[in-house]
Formats: sequence, structure tokens, C-alpha cells
Amino acid sequence: MTIDFSKFPDKNGHFGPYGGIFAPETLMAALEQLDQEYESVKNDPDFLSGLADDLRDYVGRPTPLYYAERWSKELGGAKIYLKREDLNHTGAHKVNNTIGQALLAKRLGKTRIIAETGAGQHGVASATVAARLGLECVVYMGADDVVRQAPNVARMRMLGATVVPVESGSRTLKDALNEAMRDWVTNVDNTFYIIGTVAGPHPYPGMVRDFQVVIGEEARAQILEKEGKLPDALIACVGGGSNAIGLFHKFLADESVDIYGVEPAGHGLETGEHAAPLCKGTPGVLHGNRTYLMQDENGQILGTHSISAGLDYPGVGPEHAWLKDIGRVNYVAINDEEALQGFRDLTRFEGIIPALESSHALAYATKLAPTMTSEQTIIVNLSGRGDKDMNTIAQIEGIEF
Amino acid sequence: MSRLQKTLANLKASGKTALIPYITAGDPTPNATLDLMHLLVEKGADVIELGVPFSDPMADGPVIQKAVERALEHNVSLDDVLEFVRVFREKDEKTPIVLMGYLNPVEAMGYEAFANAASSVGVDAVLTVDMPPEESVGYKEALESKGLDRVFLVSPTTPNSRLTAVNEKGSGFVYYVSLKGVTGSKELDIEDVANQVTRLKSTLKHPIGIGFGIRDGHTAFEMAKLGDAVIVGSSLVSLIEANEAKGLYDIHLAIGEKMTEFRGALDRADAKKGQE
Repeated sequence: MTIDFSKFPDKNGHFGPYGGIFAPETLMAALEQLDQEYESVKNDPDFLSGLADDLRDYVGRPTPLYYAERWSKELGGAKIYLKREDLNHTGAHKVNNTIGQALLAKRLGKTRIIAETGAGQHGVASATVAARLGLECVVYMGADDVVRQAPNVARMRMLGATVVPVESGSRTLKDALNEAMRDWVTNVDNTFYIIGTVAGPHPYPGMVRDFQVVIGEEARAQILEKEGKLPDALIACVGGGSNAIGLFHKFLADESVDIYGVEPAGHGLETGEHAAPLCKGTPGVLHGNRTYLMQDENGQILGTHSISAGLDYPGVGPEHAWLKDIGRVNYVAINDEEALQGFRDLTRFEGIIPALESSHALAYATKLAPTMTSEQTIIVNLSGRGDKDMNTIAQIEGIEF
Repeated sequence: MSRLQKTLANLKASGKTALIPYITAGDPTPNATLDLMHLLVEKGADVIELGVPFSDPMADGPVIQKAVERALEHNVSLDDVLEFVRVFREKDEKTPIVLMGYLNPVEAMGYEAFANAASSVGVDAVLTVDMPPEESVGYKEALESKGLDRVFLVSPTTPNSRLTAVNEKGSGFVYYVSLKGVTGSKELDIEDVANQVTRLKSTLKHPIGIGFGIRDGHTAFEMAKLGDAVIVGSSLVSLIEANEAKGLYDIHLAIGEKMTEFRGALDRADAKKGQE
């Protein structure tokens, strides 16, 4: 493979036919300004060292690469390493990105930040950096997600953010994104929109990826130190796809590394009740970029289902769409039941309670590891911790608070 | 010259401001759309902007979001909208029709298939909210080859550097979004619009239609002094919502009355311009 993955997106934000800037006119100037500002700082040593300081002292990076020995032996097969993004401040990989974007917001003189959130992890990470920098923060969240991720709603409010439940459409992540876009169109002069995933109009997909690439950079150095060789496989869950691209990107040129992105199959791919556009969708345009979408034959976006609010989205980052088409990444799906089993397994075998999003990646590891040898290794991105999912799990398992 | 271009040029030659009302196709029901379109013409519409329902209307305020939801309850598709236009043309060959919507339904149909179908049923122009000129490669050519005009948006935040692309890729008219916000939002700052339109007129070669936030005759009167066309949407659509329970007769009465208010305001503004 001779693709130089660092050259993407192109200057107009395209990854092959995907990505781009499909935004309402009112936002075009703000997107252009953000693009220019990001271009000017992304190789600036001062900006990068400030970012590195924050990631070390505030977020707690580097996160460990942990060998899940008991679980690996139980499964029999490859050694499974977990990239512990759950140990970041605020409990997930999302903060890697919000730290970076908040620094940009400050440089652009914006006094107010807005964010959309599904599981609430990106909302919490946005509210956190807003508190730290003294910025006003408004978080849009689907009304259904407000209920199923109540602990994160409480955290955001404690941090001083305003959480706006979105009642329109399917009352989940996509509707929160629509509402955040409407806010941004209205308040574009003083407002910075911190998008939480590698989707949206250019420059967001490339910029958010760059802020998340630290995951794979660290993991690569860590596995080389521990094993003296590259991993044989990488696994990460894919909703919008920011934790996945963060882990994958520095390994894309390593042909020996098999890469798996795990989409939520919900009640099953065959039922239509899932959120797996790469496995079952078709290309289209939504939320500022061209990518794979769950849509009907008339181009209307379909409702989605996943037990995990953070993956419950009908689109996916455009770079993933491209990586699927060129065959570099394998996109697979794990249903609700399998994800729950992944959740239980990690909790009981390793004493680590994972987020339901990350549980999809873990569940795929339980399928893949036994097909490999004990000489081989897998890195699973443990993108977040499961504290926020206690209500959902307790209900399913019949545990009373 | 296209039907839309001719219509706007004739109006301009006779000192008239074009009135362009918007309704969402299929709102409140598919059966209501054709009669509403003819009513708009009867009450003074020069051009009709017909909204194509899309599940995720991210640039629209609550009024049009709800209209779209009402239409989508009846599964109104882009094919259905084209069929409305075909039937409308059986009775009205004169009034230009601009389809307004989002890109994905057009992508799903395919640019060329859409351009063929739209031109064959008698659509005149297409305005796609999330399609800036930069991304319009293929889209522009497909529409142009079928004689369809491409209406692009320009906003208060649009820098002069972007207007060249609008001149090159666009045709028919340019839709000036008169405020920062979604459709149907807050009051307009008339002085700000005046300054902006003056800036745009020096660069844009197409006629300028002004829309977003024009909810009464007074504002329409002020906008008619500035632009070549005045576009009204949410203020009409909100009357559909308000009268939905009472039935189509009441919807027609309310929309007819509101259109008369707008038409009167534009005529007064035109008369005043004529005297100056």
C-alpha cells in the first residue's frame, strides 16, 4: 500500500469522495476561519507544547497500555492489551479533543462554547474545559439520552453547563447535532462549536482526529516496548469514530496490523434496528460531510438503535468511509446482547467496568482472540469507563440502587 | 433565458418587486399542496418556493421543522414533490418554481437523474441549503445542462471573497439570508440589511432576493426597497400549523389574508420607488 495517510484530508477536507464542507452559508466564514487558525497552530511548537502540558498534567496522559492477562487466558488465544482511555480525567478519550478545541476557541476570542453529546462523555469533557477556561457552555443532548445517561447530565450541570434536552426528531445524538448547528448559525459571532467526533464539515474530521491521534502514538510506543513488535490487530468501537481513528491512524501504514472498527448492531443487523452505517448503509450527505449513512431510498435519515447512546448515530466520520472503501479497515458489528456480555466479562475477569460503547470493541475481541495464537497480540481501545451506564446495566441485571 | 430569469427581469423592467412565498410540499397533507400553490399565485406570488421535506433540516427553525415533520408523516419524498410540480404545470405554465431543500434526497436520486426529472416536470431552479458553491462540482453542471437555475445563499457573514463563486456557479437569483439564524427567527435589523445589500449589489451580478425573518407587511415593505425579491416562509407556514385543526378552508383564508398583506406592502414600496 503506497497511500500516505498523513496527506488526508486534502485542503478542501476530502478523503477520497468523502468529507467536504456541506454547510449552510452562514457558517462558511466561521469554518474557513477555524481552518486557517488550525492550520496556523497545528505545527506551532508553542501551541503543541501547551497542549502536551495539558494532556500530561490535567488529563493524566500517557494512559497505560494494560495486559489483560486473566481475560486473555480465559479466552485462549492472542494476548489482549487494553489502551486505558477510561483512566483519562472525565473518564473517556473525549477530553483529548475538547482540550485542543478549547485552546483554539480561546485563541479565536470566543466566549461561549456549544457541544452536542450522545452518551454525555463529550458533553462532560466540554463542560470541564469550559469551566477551566471560564467559558459559557451549552450542551445539546437528545431527550432520550438525557434519561439514559442521567449521571453525566448531573455532572455537566454541576460543572456549570446548561444542558438542553432536544425533543425533535428521534431525540438522540443526530437531533442534538441538528440543534447545535442551529445554535451555531444563530450565535456564530461569539460561539465556538466543539464537535465531539471525527465528523461534521471540514476542518472538524481532520482536526478532531489530530487531537485523538495521541492514543495510537502512545499505544504504538508502548506495545513496542512491552512486546518488541507491532500488534497483530487493533479493535475499537465506531459511532462517529473518534476513538477508533485515534488508535488506528498511526498504524494505517503498517500492513501487518489488521484493523477492526466495531459498529453497534443493536437488535441485529438483519432487524434494521441498529446504528451500523458502514456495515449496512450507503453514501450520502449529513451534518456537513459526505459519508456512509443509514437512510431510506428517498434519502431520508433513518432512526437508529443501540444500547449505547454514544454509538447511536446514523452517520460516521468520513475518513472511516474512505478506509472502508479502500479496504484498509474491516468494519464489523456487535449487537446489544454481545456488548453486554463484553461488559460483564471485563468487569468480572479484570475488575474494570467499561463503557457500553467500549464494550462493543471488547465483545469483538472475544470473537477474534481465540482465532489467534498466544504469540499474537491485540490492542483494544478501552475508550471510556462505565460509571455513566450504571442505570442501564442495573436495570437489565435487576440490581437495585 | 430561463422562465425564472425572464420573470424576474420583466418584473424589474416594470418596477416591481417579486414576491416569493415558501411552503413545504406535503404540509399539512399531500392533498393540500396543489391548491395551496395555486392560491399563492392567485394572491400575488410571482415565484413559488416549494420545500422538499428532509428528516434533518438543520438550518430551519421550529416552524418549518414541524411543517417538515407533518409532511414526512405522509412519507412525502422528492419523487412526490416532482409529481406535485408536474400536476401544477397542467394549470400554470407561467409561475416559476424553486425547489428548496437539503442535499441528501438529491444525492440519493443522483444529480443527473434529478436534473432530468426536475426539468421534465417543469421545475425552474433549485436551492440546496447545505450545498455551498465550493462543493457544487457535478451538481452545478447537471442542473445547468438541463436549464435549471442554481440559487445559492449569501449571508451577513459571507465575505466578498466568496461572492465570485456565487456569481459563477449560481443563476436566477441570489438568496440573501437577512439574519444570522435559522428560518423564522427574531426581528430583522433593517439598517443592517440595507448596508449588506448595498455591499452585495456592487459585486453580485444576479438579482437579490431577501428572506429569513420577514413576518409582516412593514418588514416586507422595507425589504422591497432593498431587494429584487422578498421571500416569506415561516410566517405563512405558521398559519398552516395554527389552522390545521380547523381544516383546509381556514388555512386558505389565513394564508390568503397574509399574502394580501405582503403583496400590498410590496406594491406600496414599488409605487414609492416609482415616484422617487
